[in-house]
This record gives sequence, structure tokens and C-alpha cells, in this order.
Amino acid sequence: MTGQAESQAWSSLKGAAALAAPPLAERKRRTFDWRLLLGFLLPVLIALLWEAAVHFGIAQGRLVPPPSRIVATLLALSETGELWTHVWATLWRVIVGFVIGAAAGIVFGALSGSIRTARYLLDPTLQALRAIPSIAWVPLFILWLGIFEASKVALIAVGVFFPVYLGIAGAILSVDRKLVEVGHVFRLSRLKLARRILLPAVLPEALIALRSGLGLGFMFVVAAEFMGASEGLGYLLVDGQQMGKPDQILAAIIAFALLGKIADSLLVYGTRPLVRWQDTVRERL
Amino acid sequence: MLNLEHLSKIYADGTRALSDINLSVHEGEIVALIGGSGCGKTTLLRLIAGLDRASAGAIRLDDEPLSGPHPAIGIVFQEPRLLPWLTVFDNIAFGLDGVSAAERKGRVHHALEKIGLVEHADRWPRDLSGGQQQRVAIARAFVTNPKVLLLDEPFSALDAFTRASLHEHLLGLWEETRPTVVLVTHDVQEAVTLADRAIVMQPKPGRIFDELSLSLARPRDKTGLPFESSVRRVLTALDQSLNTPHKQPQREKDRQAAALWW
Ligand SMILES: Nc1ncnc2c1ncn2[C@@H]1O[C@H](COP(=O)(O)OP(=O)(O)OP(=O)(O)O)[C@@H](O)[C@H]1O
Ligand SMILES: [Mg+2]
Repeated sequence: MTGQAESQAWSSLKGAAALAAPPLAERKRRTFDWRLLLGFLLPVLIALLWEAAVHFGIAQGRLVPPPSRIVATLLALSETGELWTHVWATLWRVIVGFVIGAAAGIVFGALSGSIRTARYLLDPTLQALRAIPSIAWVPLFILWLGIFEASKVALIAVGVFFPVYLGIAGAILSVDRKLVEVGHVFRLSRLKLARRILLPAVLPEALIALRSGLGLGFMFVVAAEFMGASEGLGYLLVDGQQMGKPDQILAAIIAFALLGKIADSLLVYGTRPLVRWQDTVRERL
Repeated sequence: MLNLEHLSKIYADGTRALSDINLSVHEGEIVALIGGSGCGKTTLLRLIAGLDRASAGAIRLDDEPLSGPHPAIGIVFQEPRLLPWLTVFDNIAFGLDGVSAAERKGRVHHALEKIGLVEHADRWPRDLSGGQQQRVAIARAFVTNPKVLLLDEPFSALDAFTRASLHEHLLGLWEETRPTVVLVTHDVQEAVTLADRAIVMQPKPGRIFDELSLSLARPRDKTGLPFESSVRRVLTALDQSLNTPHKQPQREKDRQAAALWW
């Protein structure tokens, strides 16, 4: 920079201030992107083709029922109220298992993330347990807890626990030291530091951990219901297989997909206000 | 009065970051710490702020020995270090914990006015420019009315225009309560613009090489001759501290060097 330009810069402080404070950038209203609908094209096309193939007798449709029959089965199941019994049974198991597993994961993750001694104490054992495929616990859980709800919920809780534990501990360990120092400068107590800096800082990663925990919860509820249940969407699956009702199996699968998606979306949208401040690309995804 | 007595810092890995620093800064004085990279400027501020412990020596604020962060000492880091989950308003209010809601509002609002960001009070830090973020960080430190304010190259990442306007904002805030300021800078112009005294430091181990008084009247005319000669004096001291002989001082070259010294 030359001396002349510089003295101009110094003398036009007003202009400099204006430069430093650009007017509020107006957020562009997001318009609906029609390409999003492209995702529906393939499944709908395949469904229509299959429907037509069965309708015109090209395919038999006994083992792979046409969409109309699956929908009819779903409607029939929901009219008798049977579907809702099963949905509710499954949902209840997932919720209880998720709450227990997530709570334990948060507590242990927080301990092992924030207290070094606790980490040396807990982490090796938990990592070793993590190496065991969760389904391998099933026989033990049945022996210990019986074949009813308790063993199912326990399996789901175990499945939810590990991703939440890992996510929370990792999130706490990766909190920016620089932000923690801001807390030190203002002499926050340990408790206030945790509440005002650590907690908000780990929130985004913690929510991601909860999300993957929830996904695993739905995975394990199926396994749990396979091991003997009289109700639940998993029971519908087993029943459909034993009774030779592929339409019931597919109906249950669709119910699972919807249920999982709805639960996940509730978690994401319910917690969105908490992480609105985040400066990430997710907003644009 | 801020007193540093025989202050030394040796890091765990054996780095002698500071050795026998003696410095007195009296109330309301603005002192600029200037020196090459790695001569312990940040270390010195961190010791005063209580974020690190000295290996030897003492720091006193009005004869009270300091150990750990002190309510009367504020710091602005090289990066804004705003809390991304708090709005601009809440970031500035972060240190006002024991203050009533009404007073907090008044004080933050006043600070926002001073830094010219009133209309940005409810935005997230991510939506601010770098210069705006740094202003918020300065306001956050000022709003608790510290007796001593430590600034670690707060403007070094900004362009000359923004820096000039931030100097104005800083002096505007300083005028109100006249805290003692210790400012680390790489920029000789900045030191002469803001400080009453320049402390030139030398590395390996970090120590004070020279002190220069910059007693120009405020507000300072950055185009005047006294300003120029002060800049030249600081540059000369800096050059000596780096053991590179100063050749044929040429006005224009000096000015460029001043602006681009780092
Ligand atoms: N945490 C640390 N552990 C070990 N050595 C460190 C640590 N922090 C700084 N140092 C060393 O101490 C010396 C002084 O560092 P410091 O950050 O105080 O320099 P500085 O004057 O602020 O430099 P700059 O102008 O580049 O910011 C350097 O040699 C640096 O490598
Ligand atoms: Mg530094």
C-alpha cells in the first residue's frame, strides 16, 4: 500500500466504518426444487410396472404381491386396529429402550469425556463390550430377564448405548479449548462452564449420536421381536413368513420404514431450534 | 497499576518463552508490546490473564498478587472467540453474570452503540464479518468495565480500512473508563496510533529489549510529522532488536515497512 492511499484510508474513517458494516444480507427465500420429486419416480414406476404385470397375468404375484394388495393388507390391518396394536408395541419398546440406552450413554459418555480418571477406568471396558455383536447378548438376556418385554428392551438399550456413548465422549473431548478459555477468563465455576460452554458446544454432535442411536434402536427392535413376541411389527414379519403371507411381511416392512423415518424426523426437527446457530452446510442440504 | 516482577515462563517442553520481565503499567496507560514472532508476547498476556502460570516472578494489580483469572482483567484474543450458539447481544453479555437484567440490557446496548452494531444484536456470530466479530469480542471485554484490558493482536487478521475503524472504536470505548491497556501488535503504525508507550521485545528467551515513550497528543494525526518520527523510532528499535542494521532510512520505504512490517 502506498503512503498516499493509506492516508486516504486513515482520513475516511466514516467510509471505513461503512465498509466494515455491510447491510444485513437478505436471506433468499428458498423456492421448492422440483427435482426433489425425481426420487419418487423410480419406486412409483417399478410399483406401477409390477402392478400391471400382475394385473395382465404376466407375473403371478403370489410371492411378490402387487402394490394394490399390500395397500389393501395395510388398510385391512389398520381397520381391525391390529396394525396399531403392533405399531404401538414396537414403538413402546423402541422408546423405552432408547431412553434407557441414551440416558446411560449420555451419563457414561459425559463422565468419560470430561474426567480423565473416569475415562481410564471406563473406556477400555466399554470398548471391549462394544466389540461384542449386540445380538450375541440375546441368549443371556433371555436367561436373565425372561422372554417378555425386559429382555427385548435390554437388547435395544444396549444397541442404542454404544453410539450415544461414543458420540458424547468424542464430542466433549473435541470441544474447542479456545472457547473453554473464554469461560476461564470470566471465571466460570466447573458447573457453569459445563452448562454455558461445554453443553452447547457438544449439542450438535450429541444430537447426531442420538440419531444414530435411534436408528440402531429400530434395527434391534426387529431382532428382539424375532426372538419371540406376540405383538409388534417384528411379530407381523415372523407371522407373515410362517403363514405364507408375503403381503403382510411387506406391509410390516413399509410400516417399519415409515415409523423409523417419522421418529428420526421428529428428533431432527424437534431439536433443530437448539442448533440453529450452527454454521454448517446442513442448512443447505 | 499493573506490575510484572521478574516474570519468567518455561513451558513443559523446556521452551524459555519469557525470562525476567519487569514492567510497570500505570492506570489508564496504553502500552504496546511489539516484537518478532515467538518472542513471548502471547505468553505474557496469558500469564497476566491468569490462563497460564508463571514459572517464576509475580504479577500484581494494585499490589494485589494475581494467581488465576481476575474479575478486573479482560482479554481480547487474536481470534474473536465468540460463542457461536449465542447471539451478538448474549455474547457481549456473557461476562455480566451477577448483574441485574435491566442493567445488563443497558450496558450491552450501550456497548453495541459504541461499536456500531446495534442493528446486529440478534444475529448469530456466523452471520457477521470478521471485523464485526472482532468488535463484538472487544465489546464483550469492555462491558464488564475491567481495570486492565489485554489485547492480543486483535486486528491482525483484518485489512487496513477495517483496522483503522476498529482503532477508532477501541479508543472510543477506552475514553469512557480509561482502563489500563496492554496491546500486542505486529504493526508499528498501530502501536503509534494507540499506545502511550511501546515495549520492544526480543526472542529466545523472550525479554524486553527497549521501551519508547509515544507521548503524542490525542486524537493523533496519522499524517503529521510527530507521528512519522515516532513510527521511525519504533522501527529503528525493532531493527536493532532483530540485529539487522538499518540502512539509509528513506521516508517512503519506512512507511511501507511500517504498514507491512510483519
Ligand atoms: N504451549 C506451549 N508449549 C510450549 N511452547 C510454547 C507454548 N506456547 C508457546 N510456546 C513457545 O513459546 C515461545 C513464545 O510463544 P508466544 O506464542 O508467546 O509468541 P508470540 O510472541 O505471541 O508470537 P507471535 O507473534 O507469532 O504470536 C515460542 O517459542 C513458542 O514456540
Ligand atoms: Mg502471539
